[in-house]
Amino acid sequence: MMRYILKRVLIAIPVLIGITMLDYLIMSLAGSPLSMMTGPRVSQAALEARAVQLGLNQPWILQYFTWLGQLLQGNWGYSIRTYQPVLTMISANLGPTLLLMGTSMALGFVIAIPVGVYSATHQYAKGDYAAVTLSFLGTSIPSFFLALILVYVFTVRLGWLPSGGMVTLGGGGGDALDVARHMVMPTLVLTASLAGSNIRYIRSSMLEILRQDYLRTAKAKGIGRYLIINKHAMRNALLPIITVAGMELPMLIGGAVIVEQVFSWPGLGQLTMSAIMSRDYPVIMGVSLLSAVMVVVGNLVTDILYAVVDPTIQLK
Amino acid sequence: MAQPMVLTAGRESRGYFGTVARRFMRHRLGMVSLCFLTVLVLLALFAPLLTPYEPNKLVGKFSEPPSLQHLLGTDQVGRDVLTRLLYATRISLLVGFAATGIATAVGVVLGLVSGYFGGWVDMIIMRFTDMVMSFPYILLVLVAAAIFKPGLWNIILILGFVDWPGVARLVRGNVLSLRETAFVKADIVAGMPTRHTLFSEILPNTIAPILVYATSVVAISILDEAALSFLGMGVQPPTASLGNMLNGAQSLTVLTSKPWLWAPPGVMIVLLVLSINFIGDALRDAVDSRNIR
Repeated sequence: MMRYILKRVLIAIPVLIGITMLDYLIMSLAGSPLSMMTGPRVSQAALEARAVQLGLNQPWILQYFTWLGQLLQGNWGYSIRTYQPVLTMISANLGPTLLLMGTSMALGFVIAIPVGVYSATHQYAKGDYAAVTLSFLGTSIPSFFLALILVYVFTVRLGWLPSGGMVTLGGGGGDALDVARHMVMPTLVLTASLAGSNIRYIRSSMLEILRQDYLRTAKAKGIGRYLIINKHAMRNALLPIITVAGMELPMLIGGAVIVEQVFSWPGLGQLTMSAIMSRDYPVIMGVSLLSAVMVVVGNLVTDILYAVVDPTIQLK
Repeated sequence: MAQPMVLTAGRESRGYFGTVARRFMRHRLGMVSLCFLTVLVLLALFAPLLTPYEPNKLVGKFSEPPSLQHLLGTDQVGRDVLTRLLYATRISLLVGFAATGIATAVGVVLGLVSGYFGGWVDMIIMRFTDMVMSFPYILLVLVAAAIFKPGLWNIILILGFVDWPGVARLVRGNVLSLRETAFVKADIVAGMPTRHTLFSEILPNTIAPILVYATSVVAISILDEAALSFLGMGVQPPTASLGNMLNGAQSLTVLTSKPWLWAPPGVMIVLLVLSINFIGDALRDAVDSRNIR
């Protein structure tokens, strides 16, 4: 097991280098951060001096290796715009995003697993149609439009919930209840789409399992519907559920860009968005690296959990 | 030489697609969605004939509520909202189908090549596919939108080049299993050109799953275009797109007191994407041979 994990981590390293290199290339194609600094009061000489200082006069591949070398020494670089260390900026924004996405993803599964299983075991019944239709609605509604509707209903019409931010500014804000009130709407928006796609995934993989021979056998033994579904089918349905969870893990980092934008949630999504707008290379690279790591970790955790859940899978 | 073969292939495929069509028609939600989508497509295509106004011309007072002259009112600068909605639907459909076309073309070619030739070609293509897939999707789209100046055709290209990896993987998997079938082996033994084997023998047999997958790409592309345009990084004004029509709703006055400006384009996106998704679902059921009821 340990050897397997070690081997997978070693394989992941070139993949990570590949992803970040591609990131750097695409980013440098996007334009120089200096183009955001130009103005009537900035001289050409000053710009060139800044370019040399930031290393922007070098080819992108050299810049990339400089970045990589610094990273290996634990230096994530400094934001070109705010001069803050990238690591500080990311860790300041990471908490709110993890809170928001973590809650939404957990809710997504808590809703989707029972609904998906119900839907599969009652295929073509009224409840199944309702679940499938609702799950399609969840994935078909643009997050920003659902956000606008919620703000319209709960903030504008009813005045129950704040329209944005994470805490009430100025006096009285900041405790857990206040944060929870601010979280309701963004969480609802994210949960709608997550639960929607999870329900369909769990339903179809459960249907797949219910067709298997060993379930027919279980049925023939007459062990009862409850045991068939909850013991025989459910345990095997865990595999696809783990797959979805693994695939969704990177969304913990980058899944809420638009929702954070609409609700002014002070998370990584906002940081990413403003970094892209101002071509803030070090910040973009920091976020990209983080999400690339999440992708790799997601795949790794999926594979390991697979082996834990399904003893027939051999780790090589 | 090719004549008789084309004939048999045609007859066989009609038989197959006939079965699929029959099964599709039994899917009530799918059929309703197909009819609905057809109506929307026709409305969008014939927009110039249906509305007396031009989408970018000022035709009334600004921010007028819905009335008989302007069924959905006018926007902040006095353009007819219904007219813009129809033209925006055109743009969304164009983006959805064109981006899917590009993604499918790229994915099919790479998937065919990767699956058929195997070896190091397969290795390189699949590792590259993995890398593109490992990218945070929205980040890639946003950065790409920043590289190329935002605009209709660039959005189509970006979405097309972001969505192909799924298609490539799907096609590769199918090719791998088809390569072992007798009819493909017969082709190879008979010394048919590789091009023929790939495009006339293998490809037709993977069309069904590609089609099912493509419908979901259309839906995703429409959603992505809307999100990008909403953030101001997609289709640029004055060209109307469903996303940039919603952009105005970020201001609180529009959101609170002028719902006719933002509700119609939002509802239109939901209806478009929902009907496309239902059609995809019905197609999936129809091509799945286990679903014969």
